[in-house]
Amino acid sequence: MQVFKNSIDTNDDYGIVLEARSDKRLTATDYIDALITDFTEFHGDRLYGDDKAVIAGVGFLGNRPVTVIGIEKGKNTEDRIFRNFGSAHPEGYRKALRLMKQAEKFKRPVICFVDTAGAFCGIDAEEHGQGRAIAENLFEMSDLKTPILSVVIGEGGSGGALALCHADRIWMMEDAYFSVVSPESCANILWKDPGRAAEVAGALNLTAEKLLGLGLIDKVCRKNRMKELLSDLKEEISLLSGMSMEDLTESRYQKFRKIGCRSY
Amino acid sequence: MELKRLFLKANNELENSGTGSRDRKVACRKCGRKNTVTRIRNNNFVCPDCGHYFQVRARRRILMLTDRRSFVEMNRDIKSVNTLGFPEYDDKLRTAMEKSRENEGVICGEADIDGHKVCIYSMDSNFMMGSMGAVVGEKIAAVFEYATLRNLPVIGITVSGGARMQEGMISLMQMSKVSAAVKRHSNAGNLYIVLLTNPTTGGVDASFAMLGDITLAEPGARIGFAGPRVMEKSLNRSLPKDFQKAERVLECGFIDAIVSRRDQKAYIAKLLKIHGM
Repeated sequence: MQVFKNSIDTNDDYGIVLEARSDKRLTATDYIDALITDFTEFHGDRLYGDDKAVIAGVGFLGNRPVTVIGIEKGKNTEDRIFRNFGSAHPEGYRKALRLMKQAEKFKRPVICFVDTAGAFCGIDAEEHGQGRAIAENLFEMSDLKTPILSVVIGEGGSGGALALCHADRIWMMEDAYFSVVSPESCANILWKDPGRAAEVAGALNLTAEKLLGLGLIDKVCRKNRMKELLSDLKEEISLLSGMSMEDLTESRYQKFRKIGCRSY
Repeated sequence: MELKRLFLKANNELENSGTGSRDRKVACRKCGRKNTVTRIRNNNFVCPDCGHYFQVRARRRILMLTDRRSFVEMNRDIKSVNTLGFPEYDDKLRTAMEKSRENEGVICGEADIDGHKVCIYSMDSNFMMGSMGAVVGEKIAAVFEYATLRNLPVIGITVSGGARMQEGMISLMQMSKVSAAVKRHSNAGNLYIVLLTNPTTGGVDASFAMLGDITLAEPGARIGFAGPRVMEKSLNRSLPKDFQKAERVLECGFIDAIVSRRDQKAYIAKLLKIHGM
């Protein structure tokens, strides 16, 4: 991840972006450790490889078996390199999809913890079909016959984050962001000046609170309140699990179908 | 800016020339040789000298692929509004509308291809680089829903720089919205053929462009998720020459066939016939 030293915290929204990238933050494994008991990790996409940026497996949320998928950035330098700084290759998205299909088979809800600056940009990633992998997740998740709940815990970097967010509920931590483009790239494309990132961050409406206001996410979660998050998750998963599959997939369809209907 | 360079200025000139200027000559961007507008048009907007593909506007694409006078447009009047109050977006929309003489970056409707009834969407690179905002997403989702209700195939022609930044997360989530509509169309047993043209990148590549039952591409088209400029910067080296080019993407296994412009209509008609549509 590139560091833009000239960027000063002149804007709260941009401050949230910088904070979300901090290496002192809780990562997906922290959430899994705190919220999921008996977590058992599974590996591989059964097609090509095993992406270390994506952690996936099964465990219990309270008494309920769930499938858990997280994008993991790593805990220290060595670990971060191992995790590719939380930027997934297509293999990561395909592993996620494989386990979601498995969750559907065994009627387990899916919980995703999303924290990525974006899907990995590299020659291999492109040639293994990064676009196709993300597209396929959106396509299959739209109709997955089991509840899906995604929590953006840090960075929600564009398509790479969206690929795990075609969910019945999208929650965000209060200090996370979710954006179509990084403020630096946006400022660079618009004005050839990444230094104006702080300015553009406000306009992108990328904070949890603003996205809730726009109706694009469903809940803002308070940070460092794991017990509260656990009970909220249990409650919501229980509610979603009580719905008929027809109602669940229909309301998931309508949830995304209406997005943007105020924009014309 | 690299992305801007991907979209030719020359074809504007080519497309916008009125009947009075048919004999006017236009230079090929690749070989530099000049040919009359008429000659280039008659050659399916391919340079008669070097085979370079000129950019073709959305409406022209539909004319090239469908039966004469069969196209009926849907949702033509929907226009974007600057929901987020994004800086300079109102001006950009106005300029794009003036420049393209279209209301938005995609044209959708119903048409016949060799007598087969189809739904079609065709993206326009002249409208903010074919970027996808709420209106583009809405129009494409709507055409899939319409096709699902009537059990019609969808033919899609993509050209896009990706999601439209000026609409923030609203535009990113159009990827989800359209992908879900494609899924419903697919579940109902309907055919979706997509023709990828230069360039198909970003959020469009990572959603409905990659969800066809049959995926075709134009020769030399750039097809990929990450922009080449971003990649060169992050990898700190230049990229292989054929990187993200249709021919390479075919080698990698993500395209069914590369079809030259001259053959596209007959090729698609044959597929429609095979599928009994």
